[in-house]
Amino acid sequence: MKLSVSPAPHLRTSDSVRKIMLDVIIALLPASVASIFIFGLHALVLILVCVIGSVLTELFIMKLLRGKKEFKPDGSATVTGLLLALNLSVAVSWWQALIGVIVAIGIAKHVFGGLGRNFWNPALIGRVFMLISFPVAMTTWYSPFDLQTTATPLAIIKEGSGTLPPVKDMFLGTISGSIGETSALLLILGFIYLVLRGRIKLTVPITYIGTVAVMSGIFYLIDPAFGIPIYHILGGGLMLGALFMATDMVTSPMTKKGQFIFGLGCGVITMIIRYFGGYPEGVSYSIIIMNSFVPLIDMVTKPKIFGEVKSSA
Amino acid sequence: MLVKTLTFKGGVHPPDNKRFSENAGITVAPLPEKVYLFLDNHAGVTAKPLVKEGDKVKTGQKIAEAGGFISADLHSSITGTVESIEKNYHPTLQKPRDAIVIKREPEEEWQYLEPAKSYKDFEKDQLVKRIKDAGIVGLGGAMFPTNVKLSPPEDKKINLLIINGAECEPYLTIDYRMMLEFSGEIVKGTLAIKRALDIENIVIAIENNKPEAIKKMKEACRGTGIKIEALKTKYPQGAEKQLIYAISKRKVPSGGLPMDVGAVVQNVGTAYAIYEAVEKGKPLVERGLSITGEGIYKPINVIARIGTMANELIDIAGGLKEEEVDRVIFGGPMMGIAVPRTNIPIIKGTSGITIMSKEATRATERETMPCIRCGSCVDACPMFLLPFQLNLYADNRLYDKAVEEGLLDCIECGSCSYACPANIDLVKSFKLAKKVYKAMKGGAKR
Repeated sequence: MKLSVSPAPHLRTSDSVRKIMLDVIIALLPASVASIFIFGLHALVLILVCVIGSVLTELFIMKLLRGKKEFKPDGSATVTGLLLALNLSVAVSWWQALIGVIVAIGIAKHVFGGLGRNFWNPALIGRVFMLISFPVAMTTWYSPFDLQTTATPLAIIKEGSGTLPPVKDMFLGTISGSIGETSALLLILGFIYLVLRGRIKLTVPITYIGTVAVMSGIFYLIDPAFGIPIYHILGGGLMLGALFMATDMVTSPMTKKGQFIFGLGCGVITMIIRYFGGYPEGVSYSIIIMNSFVPLIDMVTKPKIFGEVKSSA
Repeated sequence: MLVKTLTFKGGVHPPDNKRFSENAGITVAPLPEKVYLFLDNHAGVTAKPLVKEGDKVKTGQKIAEAGGFISADLHSSITGTVESIEKNYHPTLQKPRDAIVIKREPEEEWQYLEPAKSYKDFEKDQLVKRIKDAGIVGLGGAMFPTNVKLSPPEDKKINLLIINGAECEPYLTIDYRMMLEFSGEIVKGTLAIKRALDIENIVIAIENNKPEAIKKMKEACRGTGIKIEALKTKYPQGAEKQLIYAISKRKVPSGGLPMDVGAVVQNVGTAYAIYEAVEKGKPLVERGLSITGEGIYKPINVIARIGTMANELIDIAGGLKEEEVDRVIFGGPMMGIAVPRTNIPIIKGTSGITIMSKEATRATERETMPCIRCGSCVDACPMFLLPFQLNLYADNRLYDKAVEEGLLDCIECGSCSYACPANIDLVKSFKLAKKVYKAMKGGAKR
């Protein structure tokens, strides 16, 4: 009989990285499925291209370029692909989306060492790359169901002309915008699933959305032209960004205090871009900017070790 | 009224798996034919042998003496002849160490410590001396010489004694059974420690998954002034620093000892051994331990002589389920050490032998993935370290940096490894890094 001499502890959780990724995918499913009903089959094409494209890109890099013959997809590429797809307008064509995921996986993730080593959310880097490369397709928005070119609620606020959709539509998601970002209801539903599964801590979403609410409230009181707060909360990519992108474990701070600072920063930068920037929307940039600060935030919010005493030296 | 259960921050909730042996009453193992008594049967300096090959020894006779201040005497655990002093595989140091091998003779003859009388008739210093002469060390597993703990320097005022009955390690049930079956003896041992320390404030701490033990100890303590506190069932509730914090909210300073906050912690098994040494005159030659797990036919709690081969105890427990066994562990599953074979002698700190099945250890075989910074290890660490970060430093051999970030504060409880969804062997990396660091600083003793 051969006895194993593996190191302690000999009991371990049965949880795994794959299970975490699977939970995120499950949480994004309601919004993904709804996007097909709202924006038509092209939404499905974008989702499939992004997911399959990112998994294949990762397999190519891991197996051929990095020589990891044993590598099996861990679900993280699927999450990145799905998130990027949900961040696109149906005006984007399949090959543009494909280039986006290749950049997301190939550059934003694997140049830095792959899973767990990237500084920035890969899906957001892919999106920003596309925003720069395909500015027209990336900022052309279609109305739900009849797919007419139309402005997003945030663009209407920014331009100061046009009619805002009813708040109910903003909540349900029958408005123009990226395919997966429009329905606050379904995103919150998926998010609740993640919270119940213990996958996500509430600090980042609450501070992020809270900051947006407070700032938009103050600015609205100063001048109603800045837009009604509820439109800032439900409009654009805030829900998708705050619930699913800013909470990415790899690229957000480790401690509660750090997550608070991170969420606050995301909120402030988002609103500054929305009010004063060239774009009507700033969620992607704000998260990427705050991602860059994570090592610094982690450093200053390091928990005090149990029994630590200030050195008198 | 809602009573807040005492606990610490951090930790994990592994399955407690006490069911295998919790109802097995304590039995006494038959005397072994041979015992193997390591000169390292305690933490600290190796003991010096007092016997040579061919010497006749009695049970309880001193056969090796403390090699320094932090060291302990060793006594023969059977009556017989010294066969040799030879290297044997040490279960916790995990390398060959010198052991005195004694072959048993049919008639057992004891050599007791004199005089054996009620603890009340001992003076303070006599009690500490008796505990030293009996070779008593911390039986929870750390094997720190008990007399040293009971002799704090002048400037350390001790005002809290905690008797540790938490038994937070899954599977192990010996402390539980001792509390059920020897509550009176444990209380007397506790009162002996109280007298030795000359203090008033005494707490026996028990996790609340052992209501029977709490009840039994409460009855036994009636009228003694000893308090029984129920602790939240959480691992590592019985770790010294976490236990002191749970009971008193005192934080042992980084790099410091419990005495720095006026506390002394002793295991319930140690309290029992102290009772035996004081009132029965028995040196520490035997201890209770659990032989338990899915991989054994008849899990037991047994009192065995120190130096008995583990396989003999395993046979008493019905033997191994050969098909199912994955590993044999000295200690419990969280901090215990998996040994390569079963003919390894038990030592004073062996609180149990856990035999785990392949099914039970399957999660340890999960694929190791990259760290995704999920924070599970940070939430689990009872010392508030950042295990994932320490692991990066250790992996990159940045030992100084790791120490700066608290490596030496790690209590090696294994909560981080338990909680890691990527199955990274965090605590193993820290144990290794500590050894390397100490070796590089020239502080390595072994």
